[in-house]
Amino acid sequence: MSEVLSDSAFFGVLISISAYGLGFLLKKKFKLAIFNPLLISIIITVAALLLLNIDYDAYNEGAEYLNWFLTPATVALAVPLYEQLSLLRKNFAAIILGIVSGVLTSLVCVFLMALAFGLSHTEYVTMLPKSITTAIGMGVSEELGGYVTISVAVIVITGVLGNVIAPFICKLFRIKNPVAKGIAIGTSSHAVGTTKAMEMGEVEGAMSSLSIAVSGILTVGGASIFAQFI
Amino acid sequence: MKYVKQFGIILAISFVGEILNAVVPLPIPASIYGLVILLILLCTGVVRLSAVGSASKLLIEIMPLMFIPAGVGLLKSWDVLRPIFLPVAVITVVSTVAVMAVSGRVTQAVINRSTKRDGEDDE
Repeated sequence: MSEVLSDSAFFGVLISISAYGLGFLLKKKFKLAIFNPLLISIIITVAALLLLNIDYDAYNEGAEYLNWFLTPATVALAVPLYEQLSLLRKNFAAIILGIVSGVLTSLVCVFLMALAFGLSHTEYVTMLPKSITTAIGMGVSEELGGYVTISVAVIVITGVLGNVIAPFICKLFRIKNPVAKGIAIGTSSHAVGTTKAMEMGEVEGAMSSLSIAVSGILTVGGASIFAQFI
Repeated sequence: MKYVKQFGIILAISFVGEILNAVVPLPIPASIYGLVILLILLCTGVVRLSAVGSASKLLIEIMPLMFIPAGVGLLKSWDVLRPIFLPVAVITVVSTVAVMAVSGRVTQAVINRSTKRDGEDDE
């Protein structure tokens, strides 16, 4: 049975999509942030693989087709950004200051806590690109000599976490302006967070998309400077 | 044909992004080059919004699904993650909350200040 499932090109994607749909229904019914469709679908898919004794690589043979769409989908983020271009022009200074302060906060936070936990240089540089999009973060980690696999894991965890907690954090810190919400989400939790920002609204989504690119590029420079501190 | 043509344009831009990623010695991925290229093409009017709009909306709508395999992949990296799990978890949670709060509050504060100033100018 598990061999049939492992060999199937569609089973992996099917279970991921069904779990996502279920997560969406749960969220609609209970209106709780913890019923985050992405989080639910990851948990259900992991549980299904473990229960049915299916290897991750076998699952990924089908699921990697989902991954294939990621580059064109990120390119497509230019469309909502273009639609909000006048808002970007109007709030240009605020947006740039917001993203720069977020990138600095990330680097300083990782630096201080790495000191507190006594992390090695390699562990420290592994954590530096945690808030930026996977493709840029992997490159940064590799360049600085970090553990690339752990960087990727931390980046994914950060994205899912940001996606789940964004509505709560915006409320807690009274971030009400839609431009500010989008910048906050994109700068802290890259593309995975951006999908939540898209749900919140067009402005939030566009600003979050912009933050992925700007914070990613700023972190390339910032992380190489911060890497020398430990 | 609408989706075929629109998707073709987006793929062509993704491809140019891949070439730039291979040629330029910076750790910037194809997707980010592509995003910037499409934005420039839209701003300069070379590509019209109607030429990529529908396919883009579709791609963005299904985007959360594309992160599921990466999330499930944590299953595989658990063995390397386990020895340093505690510091990694604390750093991840604290810095994610801090970055979200700081970047959001700073953006909002600057916007509020400039709208207040604009308001005074009007008077």
